Amino acid sequence: MSRVVRLALPVVAALAVGAVLLALSGVSPSEAVGLVWEGAFGSAAKVSDTLMSWVPLVLAASGLVVTFTAGLWNIGVEGQIVAGAIAATWVARSLPGPGWVVVPAALLAALAGGVAWALLAGLLRTRGGVNEIFGGLGLDFVAAGLAVYLILGPWQRQGVASTSGTDVFRVQAWLPTLPNLRLSPLAIGIALAGLIGVGLLLRGTRPGLRLRAVGGNPASALVLGIPTERYLLGAFALCGALAGLAGAVQATGFHHKLVPAVSGGYGFLGILVVLLAGFRTVWIGPLALVFVAVAAGGTQLQLRLNVDSSLSGVVLGVGVLVALLLGARGAKEAPPLVEEP
Amino acid sequence: MEAAFASIIAAATPLVFAAVGETITERSGVVNLGVEGSLMLSAMTGFAVAVTTGSTLLGFVAAALVSMAAAGVVAFAGVRLGVSQIAVGFVLTILAIDLSDYLGAPFVGLAGPGVPSLSIPVLSEIPVLGPVLFSQNIVVYASYLLIVGAVLFLYSTRSGLALRGVGERPEAAFARGVHVTRSRILATIAGGALVGVAGAAFSLDVKLGWREGLTANFGWIALAIVIFGGWNPMRAAFGAYLFGVLQVVALRLQPVLPGLSQVLPLLPFPLMILTLVLINRPWLRRLTERNPALRFLVAGPAPSALGRPFHPD
Repeated sequence: MSRVVRLALPVVAALAVGAVLLALSGVSPSEAVGLVWEGAFGSAAKVSDTLMSWVPLVLAASGLVVTFTAGLWNIGVEGQIVAGAIAATWVARSLPGPGWVVVPAALLAALAGGVAWALLAGLLRTRGGVNEIFGGLGLDFVAAGLAVYLILGPWQRQGVASTSGTDVFRVQAWLPTLPNLRLSPLAIGIALAGLIGVGLLLRGTRPGLRLRAVGGNPASALVLGIPTERYLLGAFALCGALAGLAGAVQATGFHHKLVPAVSGGYGFLGILVVLLAGFRTVWIGPLALVFVAVAAGGTQLQLRLNVDSSLSGVVLGVGVLVALLLGARGAKEAPPLVEEP
Repeated sequence: MEAAFASIIAAATPLVFAAVGETITERSGVVNLGVEGSLMLSAMTGFAVAVTTGSTLLGFVAAALVSMAAAGVVAFAGVRLGVSQIAVGFVLTILAIDLSDYLGAPFVGLAGPGVPSLSIPVLSEIPVLGPVLFSQNIVVYASYLLIVGAVLFLYSTRSGLALRGVGERPEAAFARGVHVTRSRILATIAGGALVGVAGAAFSLDVKLGWREGLTANFGWIALAIVIFGGWNPMRAAFGAYLFGVLQVVALRLQPVLPGLSQVLPLLPFPLMILTLVLINRPWLRRLTERNPALRFLVAGPAPSALGRPFHPD
């Protein structure tokens, strides 16, 4: 099948399914396209909101490229985002002082929280023999449970505990933004640094090459003298660090508090981005932008036409599924559940 | 007390279907990570069809068909095309959840038909056991038959043996003339049908109605229970009932300890991790080899070829 078809068919299929579903709801697809664009990029405020959801997605996807390269299915990425958000919340709630102290401290704490949660999945895999898919999935729910426990228990809102989240952080603990916008240049900088850093690591460095060897064939990598366990744990830690930062951005830059669904689903969405992009980090930025733009457009459709916002997820899901069936690069590079003997 | 036990059995029934279904699928060497999404989509479909047609039976049939189709995608892509089973199942889950939210939106909050309760004469009059086990409904009774049937199929029939062989050593099964690809596809679709029944059992029986996220996390819990059950249908069903206990306890604790009752239903996940750690311990394996009588206490290992593609040539 030609390259053009492989690239175009998923997009066509996704748009076709979207159009059919819209027609079923009695909405003209052409009207919807305009609204999607308006919802994602229609004004400075919209662009800034879209970019602020681009940040956690890019961070999660960048981290996931590292674990994918190491041959790992880091399904635990959602939990690592939550762990980062919990750690950031802890600092934001307890550390006094001005913004230039609290914000970096919260970011660092989130990074550490994400690393710790990822290493837990890593050690379960390397020492406990627990496949990282199931270990990670389990830890996702443990992290979610911990967040809910904290929100309803020790960190409950003044007055009455509620699953709507903790009290809003004091303003010094918010990520600094441009005036009158929700856009935080610091958050954009962190995302770009993570993305470019991972790209450089995997492209041109010795550890990156060795990581690829570990992912390709762990047994021969070990024979070649590569300390496999250290590389696997390193990949987990790096992904956890980036996911933790995504959690910090969600908590201190978007919600300004800890909420039960603080991850925003960006971890799982990041897996979809990486399945499409494969190991090519250059594609992550643009693909992530398409993903968050479609999601923002879905919200706009709900506001303006009362079309359920889940439509955007359906459109993205169909696109990724068709791309996988056509043999998207990421699908071929995706690690198997067990090694072939 | 009897009422509490009866409600545990009722609450656990959808998970029995889902966990036994996924156990059969995984026994063939295929992981269907789409269970979470299939469960949601079939719960929505079952309810929508039952409301529209007024027939719960049609609701169950439609739910099973939708879930079979989803499982068919995983089977076709993972087994025939050789695309990563994990990737396809995972994407399918995310897609199916959003699709059920979208298509189910008009049905949110509607009152719909449910499965009528049906006491079995004679049996329901047995003291204690009667009210707990036999004053339920036909879906619950079907789940008993499913547990017994799945155990008999896997461990006492030739095709069950062949299926387990396909999941353990596909090459050997192939050499013995078993059609590996076909068995895997059939097992995946059969498991999908049971997941579909589980979905309809939620929306037409246990949680009557449809709303977004009706079955949220239950698919992942079913996957955890398959592992906790050591890939044995009987133990998987036991795991589902244990989870039913957790759910009922959490419900009772809700007014007293809201924090704990929100967290309690997540307990299967740490238990799953613990099970996975334990089944890999050499000392535990040695212990059961020396004392076969203890074997029933310990979860069995995963099918050796779980998730591994098989190329007949």
